[in-house]
Amino acid sequence: MPFLRPRYALVLIALFGTVFGSLSGCGKSVDKTIAVDGSSTVFPISMAVAEEFEGKFPDVKLTVAMSGTGGGFKKFIAEEIDVTGASRPITEKEAAECKAKGIDYVEFQVAIDGLTVVINPANTFAECMTVAELNKIWAADSKISKWSEVREGWPDEPIQLFGADTASGTFDYFTEVINGKAKSSRSDYTANSNDNILVQGVVDSKGALGYFGYAYYAENASKLKAVKISDGKNAVCVEPTPATIESGEYTPLSRPLFIYTTKAKLKRPEVAEFIKFLLSEKGDQLVEEVKYIKVPKSVKETMQQRLADALK
Amino acid sequence: MSQRSIPPLPVEPPQTPPGNSLGSTKLIEESFDSELARRHRYGMIFEWVCWLATWGSVVILGVLIATMAWQAMGWLTPKFLVSMPRRNPADAGILPGIVGTFWLILLTAVLSVPLGVGAAIYLEEYSKPTLLTKFIQLNIANLAGVPSIVYGILGFTAFVRMFGLAKSEYLINLGIGSLQLTLPFGRTVISGALTLALLSLPVVIIASQEALRSVPPSLRHASLALGATKWQTIWHQVLPSALPGMMTGVILAMSRAIGETAPLVAIGAATYITFTPGRLNSVSEAFTRPDKLAQVPFDSFTTIPMQIYGWINEAKPEFQHVAAAAILVLLVILLISNGLAIFIRQHFQKKVRW
Repeated sequence: MPFLRPRYALVLIALFGTVFGSLSGCGKSVDKTIAVDGSSTVFPISMAVAEEFEGKFPDVKLTVAMSGTGGGFKKFIAEEIDVTGASRPITEKEAAECKAKGIDYVEFQVAIDGLTVVINPANTFAECMTVAELNKIWAADSKISKWSEVREGWPDEPIQLFGADTASGTFDYFTEVINGKAKSSRSDYTANSNDNILVQGVVDSKGALGYFGYAYYAENASKLKAVKISDGKNAVCVEPTPATIESGEYTPLSRPLFIYTTKAKLKRPEVAEFIKFLLSEKGDQLVEEVKYIKVPKSVKETMQQRLADALK
Repeated sequence: MSQRSIPPLPVEPPQTPPGNSLGSTKLIEESFDSELARRHRYGMIFEWVCWLATWGSVVILGVLIATMAWQAMGWLTPKFLVSMPRRNPADAGILPGIVGTFWLILLTAVLSVPLGVGAAIYLEEYSKPTLLTKFIQLNIANLAGVPSIVYGILGFTAFVRMFGLAKSEYLINLGIGSLQLTLPFGRTVISGALTLALLSLPVVIIASQEALRSVPPSLRHASLALGATKWQTIWHQVLPSALPGMMTGVILAMSRAIGETAPLVAIGAATYITFTPGRLNSVSEAFTRPDKLAQVPFDSFTTIPMQIYGWINEAKPEFQHVAAAAILVLLVILLISNGLAIFIRQHFQKKVRW
């Protein structure tokens, strides 16, 4: 039987492909889904909000993934997700790509994170540091290996550095604020994308200095010591606390966290409800529960106004 | 050239004189004995190295399991197995991960085993060793060594996005309900399964080829000599004999796929999800609601390794215990599936007699 020879298989496959390919659509979907992605820093907020939101709207299917701020924006621009979290504002390049594709994005600030510089509890001297001193330690060409080289009078003990890995938004923000240029940092330190590894590192070594998001400090506050930061303008040491971060006193390491969606997506009632829920009183409670800092009242009102305008 | 320029070969007296005298026999015995002791010593050292290699890895595994069990103590409860993930560590559960892993691996096996075994049969039994088949063979061997993240990126472009070509949604009426199908596949079970199938195919093909090769050619010759066709020979003689070996390969490939995280992160599988694929709420629904069952491949999902990955990144220290509990669940699932597979293999092996 010649038609059973393997070479005819290709023809068969092609034929099958054509038939399957021409299967036509039968209408739009009715399933309510919200796909959230983006920054791993914003993930705990998205997850907590998703959990409570599903309790109120059980027919909505919610998924939350974490591909990082940059990865989230890529999927956002490809319109594969509805909402993306970001630990930095959208870049000009990303905004231009949105414009080119006709995506009318809307930005909401949902919380504040205070990047916290931490030391081992046994360290009693470095309780307050200036931005200049941090720069001295973390600068790209820094050779500092002992505490005594940071400030006169500090002990002649080795310093162990722990910090965010270079792909994270935390790294971008810290280096920009401390070293004046994003991604410019010394590289001979222990870097890890898992902040729990950094926490453990600082807990285990006496001469350690590290930085990560406030939530990781707050959850491990009994084992760590937060360094008070003086921004150099006014020589006051400010400790990172929810109050100082919210009021903006804790500078320059406080950073806003954002959620992005589009005007077109907001036309879908479930997405609009989700954002509304995020910006509600309950949303603030959840932000605090996962140890982030809620935005000040004035900002919150601006955000709610922005949502109302976008929904018009 | 004169003959004189070549020096005469020195004539050495034989080192051991012809052995009639007692002294020379003793000499041989002594040198033989000392050689023996040294060889025994080497033998001992080698045995110790092998012993260490075995028990070293067993001890490492034991320590790993013990630390996990210690950390998971009190957290690995029946409730943990049937709960959805929650932000409160005490309420968190692994249900969507278990169900997601099950569907993902089932679909991966369904996709990769027929293809892999088919390819192996073609390469071993039908193809002639041309330059092309040699080239294919070389590529399969190479693909087996490609890092899994590369397959993830490929899967993301090919299945999640479909190169940006297709963009349509279908709602197919099944009579009792409707099936929602989107093109491209997006971040669904089918995308994940296709990606993992690509990842496991080289391993399945190579293992199946090895199994086919181990079937003695005399078996094929005998079958052909008795008048069986090539198809009858392969189906009735070669395949049953090669089956146990093939299964080993399939099991290894699937065990590897169960633990994969990187390609799933690359295709964008969810970390937090509070429903199971197809929204099947119970086992019985898989039988009573075929529409939901049909929806399974085209729904979002998460897997156990994805959930572990999410939990170890959580700020709350209690989540480390939750992650440990999940790791234990994953180990037990691997153990059960491997055990089951070994049992099946033994069962088939008994039937093969040459």
